[in-house]
Amino acid sequence: MAEPMRIRATMAGDVADVKVLMNHPMETGLRKDAKTGQLVPAHYITEVNATVNGAKVLEAGMSGGVSKNPYLGFKVKGVKAGDKVVVSWADNKGDKNTAEATIG
Amino acid sequence: MNALRRNVLKGAAGAGTVAVAVAAGLLKPTQALAAAPRSAFEAKSVGDVLKNMGASAPADSKSITIKAPDIAENGAVVPVEVTSGIAGTSMIAIIAEKNATPLVADFNLSGGAQGYVSTRIKMGQTSLIRAVVTAGGKSYTAAKEVKVTIGGCGG
Repeated sequence: MAEPMRIRATMAGDVADVKVLMNHPMETGLRKDAKTGQLVPAHYITEVNATVNGAKVLEAGMSGGVSKNPYLGFKVKGVKAGDKVVVSWADNKGDKNTAEATIG
Repeated sequence: MNALRRNVLKGAAGAGTVAVAVAAGLLKPTQALAAAPRSAFEAKSVGDVLKNMGASAPADSKSITIKAPDIAENGAVVPVEVTSGIAGTSMIAIIAEKNATPLVADFNLSGGAQGYVSTRIKMGQTSLIRAVVTAGGKSYTAAKEVKVTIGGCGG
């Protein structure tokens, strides 16, 4: 189920700009299936964590209110090209995924 | 012979229990990671969200910039960018006031993370997008209205 994530980290001045795309349906649990009229069960990412060289920089909580295939952008100061960024998520069904990138 | 067999089985069962306990112990930290409790995400009104987050009366701030379209044609994908100019920003939360569950996401920033997040959210209908920022133990807020022509939460 865990499909690949896309991650990119680039230096802009002294700040690293990190962009992440996660593949996830992000079902709120409130939407009805157009054909069956049944509620589509909730299935969304509940938390996202990011580290740079093992040190935590971002810890996010999410609800089903984040769009399908969530995009997340954040900026980190005090890092340099070559540092390793790791982003991981977990959803309400226990699925998880991790991706890493080197700041360039 | 039989007694030994019993002991071996007992030992195996004991090891199993330990493994389960370890697994249960491992689950806890993951659930406690996000600072805003899950109850804040389940709250149905903005007031309840703020209460559950422990930020019941945030002060209006002009140092928070919300970048979002004035009119979103598709409520399923509304790009939102929040920049906080407040020094020591440690948390940014995004709230879509008229969504069924208004709290969309919260971001706890640490290390060298800047007061900036960018994401895409769903909006059921035209409403205010509210950003709540925590810095130095205090809460600040700002809001921006986004008009939605097609909602993104219905079926």
